[in-house]
Amino acid sequence: MAIITYRDAIRDALKEEMARDEQVYLLGEDIAQFGGSYKTCVGLFEQFGKERVRNTPLSEMAVVGCALGSAMLGKRPVAEIMYVDFTACCMSQIVNEVAKTRYMYAGQVEIPMVIRTQGGAGRASAAQHAQSLEAWFTHVPGLYVVMPSTPYDVKGLLKTAIRDNNPILFIEHKLLYNSKGEVPEQEYTIPLGKADIKRPGKDVTILTWSRCVEFSLGAAKELEKEGIDVEVVDLRSLKPLDEETILSSVEKTGHVVVVHEAVKNSGFGAELVALINEKAFDSLDAPIQRVAGEEVPMPFNPRLEAMAIPDSKKVANAVKKVLSL
Amino acid sequence: MFLTYYKETRVSIPKAQLPELYRRLYLCRQFENVTIKLFTNNELPGFLHSQLGQEAIPVAISGCLGDGDFMQPTHRGHADMLSKGMDPRKMMAELYAKKTGYNQGKGGSMHMASVKEGILGATGIVGSGPVISIGVALALQMDKKPNVIVSFFGDGATNEGSVHEAINMAALWNLPIVFVIQNNQFAESTPRKDHQKVDDISIRAEGYGIDGYTCDGNDLFAVYEVASKAIKKARKGGGPSLINAVTYRILGHYVGDPGNLYRDKEEVENAKKRDPLQMFKNKLKEMKALDDAAFKRIESEVDALLDEAVTFGRESPEPQDEELMAYIYS
Ligand SMILES: Cc1ncc(C[n+]2csc(CCOP(=O)(O)OP(=O)(O)O)c2C)c(N)n1
Ligand SMILES: [Mg+2]
Repeated sequence: MAIITYRDAIRDALKEEMARDEQVYLLGEDIAQFGGSYKTCVGLFEQFGKERVRNTPLSEMAVVGCALGSAMLGKRPVAEIMYVDFTACCMSQIVNEVAKTRYMYAGQVEIPMVIRTQGGAGRASAAQHAQSLEAWFTHVPGLYVVMPSTPYDVKGLLKTAIRDNNPILFIEHKLLYNSKGEVPEQEYTIPLGKADIKRPGKDVTILTWSRCVEFSLGAAKELEKEGIDVEVVDLRSLKPLDEETILSSVEKTGHVVVVHEAVKNSGFGAELVALINEKAFDSLDAPIQRVAGEEVPMPFNPRLEAMAIPDSKKVANAVKKVLSL
Repeated sequence: MFLTYYKETRVSIPKAQLPELYRRLYLCRQFENVTIKLFTNNELPGFLHSQLGQEAIPVAISGCLGDGDFMQPTHRGHADMLSKGMDPRKMMAELYAKKTGYNQGKGGSMHMASVKEGILGATGIVGSGPVISIGVALALQMDKKPNVIVSFFGDGATNEGSVHEAINMAALWNLPIVFVIQNNQFAESTPRKDHQKVDDISIRAEGYGIDGYTCDGNDLFAVYEVASKAIKKARKGGGPSLINAVTYRILGHYVGDPGNLYRDKEEVENAKKRDPLQMFKNKLKEMKALDDAAFKRIESEVDALLDEAVTFGRESPEPQDEELMAYIYS
């Protein structure tokens, strides 16, 4: 197995899928010679040309609308919105059009499109370039939401997302692009809606995704020294959601901590708490704890920024708390 | 209501104003040079967009603005802010994410604001500025103020739907606003010919029923001429204008982008030959508006001010932990 970065795993997935199916094309801002703002498309313009790697004007609404229109006619667009914060500029297209077209048309069309974007804090990018907005999209019927945390997952899931016939928000994390991991040289895909147990354990279940997997594994390592055995479940996709893996882990440990970077209020963690409440209440030995972003626009100052999001220490504290209740 | 192209006629800038305009131009330039250095040395967090080479546009335009007038800069806007009178010390402190900065370390380069001084924060969402600017213009109109707002945006931003909405509504309501495109030929990595079909963006003015001008954005006198006309008109209730100030982005999109993947070196070298600071200085010398001693005095005063600004930024205190949650709600 090769060790590659999350960034290169994305590029490889795009490259392989574009080579495999000529209906796949990319569109977005600065994805041509520049290779994308986060350099996830380097070399694709040179390999596939300007018809299939379409550099667009600064026009997010047109990018998403165009992807939708072409998807109805059988194209498989992968649209890049540079920051998840900018999906707000094309939200009507995503929410009112992309998500609903197939249903409104009573199945006359399929919408095989992916919107790739990235979010998250950690680079002092301030309030408009560092948000975690996945809950906006999980709230809308008709969209899938995928948020991988490792090079292996990002490659396998992006390939599946491109082959899937539903509109998918594929949300990367800007601090993961340089992270490295093993990725097989041979072809593989990962099904949507399958969580991955990143660390098995018997005492406490952590439900998490994206960059917070890193914080959760860090906490688990520390807690191991104190004899606490934590299971880290990486959801990988929030929609479809792997209820089975979640519930069986909860049944095993009886203690749950949900960890996500998005602000706590109305975050996807609340949905998970409700799900467990509805389906596994009797398995719980203590109230579920949440570790999440503070209820604040992201500050520019790096120290304040770090305070506003989860870290391993906050996660470890929550685990200890759930065990003490 | 008719399209106006700017031709080579000149109204001269009042002579008494020239030294001050030179001071501001030099200040903007040196602020860029200093911050680029600090950022490259990893002293400043986040990211930095340099306005180097575009300074004549905001300096000329600010020269036509006074107290009570407003400006909305772009994300590439340190020169916009300085030219309208923001304090380089408090700007530097903000870039250092310090408590003494304009936004107390919460905003950074892109969101620095001084509403009291008539400067709204830029927005990090390209194309979002103009729709907000028209609200300021509306409030000025409702309050029957003799003031205007200048709304800056880039050539790339002109392709955002929001910019279209802003100009149309401002035209319809005759708002006291001047839209100024700092046309630096690039939207991040995308050259202008790859993001819009028209050569001269100001022709879009006709579609909104307002005046459009195109001028040499590196020639401070040229910008001043069209800006003074457009601002005077807006002040008198004549409604908005659109100015296409043509310039060139000498550096990459952000400090750290070598800017070499999407343009020729030669093109950049040629553009550097039309340096707005040098052009203005030459003109002033030709006019004998300032002598060598005067230039020297201005430059060393500015250099000292910037030294002080850097020290102020470096040595100022960080915001306290409990300030994280301040200013979310009133
Ligand atoms: C809505 C939105 N889309 C994309 C971006 C990323 N971005 C930041 S600046 C920029 C280029 C803007 O070009 P232009 O308007 O010409 O201004 P310039 O940077 O040249 O000053 C891009 C693509 C953004 N900040 N906001
Ligand atoms: Mg530009």
